[in-house]
Amino acid sequence: MAFLELTNLEKVFGANRVVTDFSLGIEKGEFVSLLGPSGCGKTTVLRMVAGFETPSSGSIRIDGQDVTGQRTNQRAIGMMFQAYALFPNMTVADNVAFGLKVKGVPRDEREARVAEMLRLIGLPDLGSRFPFQLSGGQQQRVALARALAPRPRVLLLDEPLSALDAKVRVSLRNEIREIQRELGITTIFVTHDQEEAMSISDRIVVMNGGIAEQAGAPFEIYNNPRTRFVAGFVGTLNMFAATVEAPEQGLLTIAGQRVALARGEIAARHGDTVTLALRPEAIQLGRAEGREVVIPATIEEVHFLGSVIRVRARVMDTMVALDTFNRPDQPPPSIGSTAEISFSPRDVILLP
Amino acid sequence: MPDANMRRPPKLRLPVEWLGILPFAAFALLFLILPTMKIVVGAFQSPEGDFTLQNLIDLNTDSIRSAYWTSVKLSLITALLGCAAGFAMASAVVFGGLPKRLRSPLLTFSGVASNFAGVPLAFAFIATLGPAGLVTLWLKTEFGINLRAMGFNLLSFWGLVVTYLFFQIPLMILIIIPALDGLKREWREAAEVLGATGAQYWRMVAFPILFPSLLGTFALLFANSFGAVATAFALTGPQLNIVPIKLFAQIRGDVLGNPNLGYALAFGMIVVTGLANVTYIVLRTRSERWLK
Amino acid sequence: MTRFLAWTAFLLGVLYFLLPLVGMTEFSLKMRRGEYSFDAYRRVFEDQRFWDTFGYSLTLAGATIIFGILLVVPTAYWVRLKLPQARPIIEFITLLPLVIPAIVIVFGYIRLYNTSSILPLTGSSLGTDVLLTMGYATLALPYMYRAVDTGLRTIDVATLTEAAQSLGAGWITILARIILPNVLVAVLSGAFLTLAIVIGEFTMAALLNRPAFGPFMQLLGANRAYEPPALAVIAFAITWGCMGLIQLVTRFSKHERAKV
Repeated sequence: MAFLELTNLEKVFGANRVVTDFSLGIEKGEFVSLLGPSGCGKTTVLRMVAGFETPSSGSIRIDGQDVTGQRTNQRAIGMMFQAYALFPNMTVADNVAFGLKVKGVPRDEREARVAEMLRLIGLPDLGSRFPFQLSGGQQQRVALARALAPRPRVLLLDEPLSALDAKVRVSLRNEIREIQRELGITTIFVTHDQEEAMSISDRIVVMNGGIAEQAGAPFEIYNNPRTRFVAGFVGTLNMFAATVEAPEQGLLTIAGQRVALARGEIAARHGDTVTLALRPEAIQLGRAEGREVVIPATIEEVHFLGSVIRVRARVMDTMVALDTFNRPDQPPPSIGSTAEISFSPRDVILLP
Repeated sequence: MPDANMRRPPKLRLPVEWLGILPFAAFALLFLILPTMKIVVGAFQSPEGDFTLQNLIDLNTDSIRSAYWTSVKLSLITALLGCAAGFAMASAVVFGGLPKRLRSPLLTFSGVASNFAGVPLAFAFIATLGPAGLVTLWLKTEFGINLRAMGFNLLSFWGLVVTYLFFQIPLMILIIIPALDGLKREWREAAEVLGATGAQYWRMVAFPILFPSLLGTFALLFANSFGAVATAFALTGPQLNIVPIKLFAQIRGDVLGNPNLGYALAFGMIVVTGLANVTYIVLRTRSERWLK
Repeated sequence: MTRFLAWTAFLLGVLYFLLPLVGMTEFSLKMRRGEYSFDAYRRVFEDQRFWDTFGYSLTLAGATIIFGILLVVPTAYWVRLKLPQARPIIEFITLLPLVIPAIVIVFGYIRLYNTSSILPLTGSSLGTDVLLTMGYATLALPYMYRAVDTGLRTIDVATLTEAAQSLGAGWITILARIILPNVLVAVLSGAFLTLAIVIGEFTMAALLNRPAFGPFMQLLGANRAYEPPALAVIAFAITWGCMGLIQLVTRFSKHERAKV
């Protein structure tokens, strides 16, 4: 039994089924992200774990104990909100001490713990400031300290970085992960930003329309997406139409060329059209060794991003995005020129 | 055009723009500021025109002191009850789990009721709680409760309190509902996650946040009650000794025997309502700063 | 538990507000012994003084509204456009009528504009009417200014003005043809509120001895039994009507905006 066990969670609002048959087991100390677009149900799942929503059916167990019917304030959970939610009438120190004060922890112990937490988040001198005097990033760190001070069993993060600007977002997400690792606290992180999820999670659960489409490590999700939605939502994807030649051998034709897929059998019939997907890094501009499939293309957009050059080319009837590294001796291709793109059949993802 | 100005050397420009508010300034001066100044200055003037504190000293009679005290009592009580009842109704609608549809009618009605003060309001209460009032008679015939015998008389201090609440409570509702809306849901949730009970949340988070608004609105209600004339005049008339009524009588016909005393009375009113309103404004700005 | 308390508080409040309204309506219908009738209302409507004073107050209300619009709209517009520095002072002034009680203001008028002053307004009945109108305008100022200012805030005053100027419009045209129509909703709200205030006003009218509706109501209250509640019903209906019109007008504006 996992430390945090969500079993067959369902949530219905009136006529809307917001979460359908959601199950997940999270090990102690694991950092799991719930990733998906707005309205996919990820926040609802989080709020059910927190206790703000009662599941229509299903159960939630923390460390073996069934908490499904338990009130929020009994669950010993920590939570961070998108809007920070620091109490404006209290100083930073009082905010951090709140969970301890409510439990009746004596003052000396409280103060020591607060000092410890402020050191942990790197703001040891801001104890007597008020929230309105702090920047967004500082407020969110204080919110983290406040959530962790009472030593919760589980940490819930509800899109905590969405309200911050880009640079702060990146540095803060790394900080959060560091602290989480140091303390070994079981964590659920809700976000719609796939880069965020991938960079700091042990595992990701991709959700869509209330259903968990796929759960796995970032590497797994990115390279072996199990559904079209997951493939398209996580990372950029280039999609082509191909015709099935010999399904048992995994043979397809694309742009007049025969391609043999690595995985072998295809679940389709001879003559069917299927969709192939390729990540930008799998496509090479020009010919290269090991990339057997070569297709002509017309360059339509070139974005010089510094170390990476992002090219968009028209291949057959679709626009394809591919990345190529900057080479000082090789200027980027010019717009309108014809070129060839190549890829290996092993890198092809067959979309269901 | 801006560029042209920048290239020329700065020259003395008449503040022509300020002419635009001349009509407003003239109006405010003639019909707001000067009349008030006349009162303030007059309070410190003797009949001959010299500066004197005598008028203010002359306020120190039993009758006038009692008038001020009754006015203060009246205003404190109606402000307190108005705040409490208004807060109860407002939070019932915002947090109490009542249907959302009740909110808009409540706000509309509060807008109407807060303006329904004065003479007609007194009539409405006389018709309801007066000696021959609807409720009075109903209590007598149905329950045998005789309000008069129990000491309640509408045409008295407490009758005025009950009547004043009709516009004090809605005023509180109108002002406090936005403040209650300002209590973010996440604060409550954060407090809950951290282990607080509902009562702890209200005691440690919500009330402290609301406190400046509450206190400020209390001050506003106080000032509102202190300056009200018409309702009192129509209900208790000259019977109840409160400052506005006294001033009314003094203006109508120098009942106090000293024309400058009227100035002093009015000045006293300005001081009280002025202080109360300043308190309201200061507290409101303070709470707005927090909630940024 | 919370919901029970909430309903209790709410219903008690509703009871408190409903009873006087029911009371005054019921009482006003009891003029004829033993049965409900509209006799009290008939008496009121047959009383010439009712029509005289009501008409008087209505006229003054109209004058106050027109004066208020002519004063507030250009001023608020000008401040927004050219004089943002003046804003705090202007706002402070518009709050003064809420701080200084009406009785003090009118007392000031009587002392300042009596027959021995430079501006002997109280010397003639027309002069006093003017003075009373100014007094009403002062009472309504906070509401009128705030309504118009809010209305101006939602339209881009500077750009509209520049566009109009580039097309050759002068100030009056801009105000009348461009600004006013766009803040019409706010102006109407202020106007209806002014109407409600003026119709029921007592203190200023009484002390200036003018034949307004407020003093008339009070006089009747001192002498009659059943007509006063009838008047109260009428007054309440007027107040409610004004507020209702404000709601109507604001809702109408929302639809207008949506079309854009």
